[in-house]
Amino acid sequence: MSDIAYIDKENRSAGAFRDKKERKKYWIILSILIILGVIAAYGLLVYNNPVPIDSPSFVPVVRRRVVAVIAMLIAAICQSLSTVAFQTITNNRVITPSLLGFEALYSTIHTTTIFFLGATTFIQFVGIGSFIFQVAMMVIMCLILYGWLLSGKFGDLQLMLLVGVILGTGLRSLSSFMRRLLAPSEFDILQARLFGSVNNADAAYFPVAIPIVIVVACLLLASSNRLNVLALGKNMSTSLGMNHRMGVIVNLVLVSILMAVSTALVGPLTFYGFLVATLSYQMVPTYDHKYLFPMALAIGFLILTGSYFFMYHIFNAQGVVSIIIELFGGLTFLIVILRKGTL
Amino acid sequence: MKEHSVMTKRTVFTKSFLLALLVVVILGGISLFTGVYDIYGQSDGMQMFFITRVPRTAALMLTGAAMSMAGLVMQLITQNRLVESTTTGTIEWAGLGLVLVYLLIPAPTLVQRMTGAIIFSFVGTMIFFVFLRKIKLRSSLIVPIIGMMLGAVISAVSTFIGLFFQMTQNIESWFVGSFASVQIGRYEYLWLIVGITFCIYIFADRLTLAGLGEDISTSLGVNYNRIVLLGTGLISFAVGIVAAIIGNLPFLGLIVPNIVSMYRGDDLRGNLPWVCLFGMGTITLCDIISRTIIKPFEVPVSLILGTVGAIVFIIILLKQRRQA
Repeated sequence: MSDIAYIDKENRSAGAFRDKKERKKYWIILSILIILGVIAAYGLLVYNNPVPIDSPSFVPVVRRRVVAVIAMLIAAICQSLSTVAFQTITNNRVITPSLLGFEALYSTIHTTTIFFLGATTFIQFVGIGSFIFQVAMMVIMCLILYGWLLSGKFGDLQLMLLVGVILGTGLRSLSSFMRRLLAPSEFDILQARLFGSVNNADAAYFPVAIPIVIVVACLLLASSNRLNVLALGKNMSTSLGMNHRMGVIVNLVLVSILMAVSTALVGPLTFYGFLVATLSYQMVPTYDHKYLFPMALAIGFLILTGSYFFMYHIFNAQGVVSIIIELFGGLTFLIVILRKGTL
Repeated sequence: MKEHSVMTKRTVFTKSFLLALLVVVILGGISLFTGVYDIYGQSDGMQMFFITRVPRTAALMLTGAAMSMAGLVMQLITQNRLVESTTTGTIEWAGLGLVLVYLLIPAPTLVQRMTGAIIFSFVGTMIFFVFLRKIKLRSSLIVPIIGMMLGAVISAVSTFIGLFFQMTQNIESWFVGSFASVQIGRYEYLWLIVGITFCIYIFADRLTLAGLGEDISTSLGVNYNRIVLLGTGLISFAVGIVAAIIGNLPFLGLIVPNIVSMYRGDDLRGNLPWVCLFGMGTITLCDIISRTIIKPFEVPVSLILGTVGAIVFIIILLKQRRQA
């Protein structure tokens, strides 16, 4: 043990960071990111606002923008927390919970609605009832999937993932077939709903979505220590006295709730969560989830607000923000796999 | 692993093979006589029969053989049973190729579209294989997951291009494979698949050796890289042609070779006729279902393949889990 003697005694600690410098760096980066995120959000609210502040229509205009920013915050919380937690549980930093067929299920629900009930009913398929219905459907499906595949002596996490992916493909071919039979006008309505966009977010969902997200996010944050143990893998965490399977299932349910809320609120986002999680691993020099989660959250919020701000006000390209985020996420995914070398 | 008797003399035409052949021939016959148009009552019935029914049945047989063979060869090269053009992103690459061809050439001919699809599926499949060789794998299950994520990246690119130039609904309908538009003058390039089958048959033994891995195959006197390149080329040719003419046929290349090798082991040359035959039978059956389920309309066959294939795939996975 003499080879660690050279470490400066003053800097030694049993905490999450290797030394004080790293801790300081972490807090500086985190606060810069938060400040940038808040600036971007503020910019989204007021920049280029054609309505003067004393005009009576100022409040309605800003209210629309506030809704968008809140939707971004919810999406950031959901996607970043759930991706980090999911990657920890699955012990794999290159997969995302969106693999589990959430968007396929989401688009199946929507396509089925417009397919069987027509465009008029589809447009009315909003409000709290339909929101709760969508979220409940998605969570129930995940519970069935996880509970079934992770139970028994053959329980296997990667198998569950693969089954989820395949199920997603099956559902996708189902809904894509139904979309083919739609009239172009109905297709347009559906497409506007299917692509992830904060402009789709309906403020009517907020009274349900916000409490759910807050509760689940707090539960995840509170289980940081458990996640730290789960990250060590099945054997290690079992010998440390954890019920690995229960831990995995409980966390997967939390993840699936967050994913379901996010998908139902702003539509499918495949690689956004991956992008956020990967960036936060780069920024945080520790494996402790107490520090990973806040960083992921800050990065996620900044990416959303920042890119929307730039795309709206600088490049004037409104419709494509989510696709650009996806594109960048996808490219990061490729780079990470190539650099990592193991899967 | 099951034990398989060592076959010193290869006899293709066994009793069971002839029986399977008979079944496929019967299915083909049913396919010829399934349809809305009354070929007996109308005066031009026979003409219609040769314009649409015969080409359609031929196209079914050819694509069924092509996709299942492509899956088989891919599985050999990667030494992974869960790999197929759906799970490697090959089909998404072919789609990207199609999108770009449509973008660059205003009204592309079939040959131009095919060329685009073939080139892109070749590039994409090679990229995936290079990925696999560069990367250490902890589990064979992760390969299809990564392949499908790769496919998602590529289709995000296609969506981006499509949305940017306002042609998403077009992309959607390309990706849904259907034989509805097959008729004389529109499917002839599929006959190239016969040539590909011949090539695969000629190189079958070398591909089987390449399936043992780079070290073993090299010491057995096979130029590993060349064979892998050749195999990938053949796969991309088959997949590209099918993607341009028919569209996406998910999971066919996965379930057919897996079911065949469950019963017959992993000898490519011996399995190839079986895989072809089984692929033909499966897709013909699916197409007959797709034509009759909502008569007089028809469902794209890829819907049936995608749904049924996903279920069969999951059953295969769960069965493997029980054996492992």
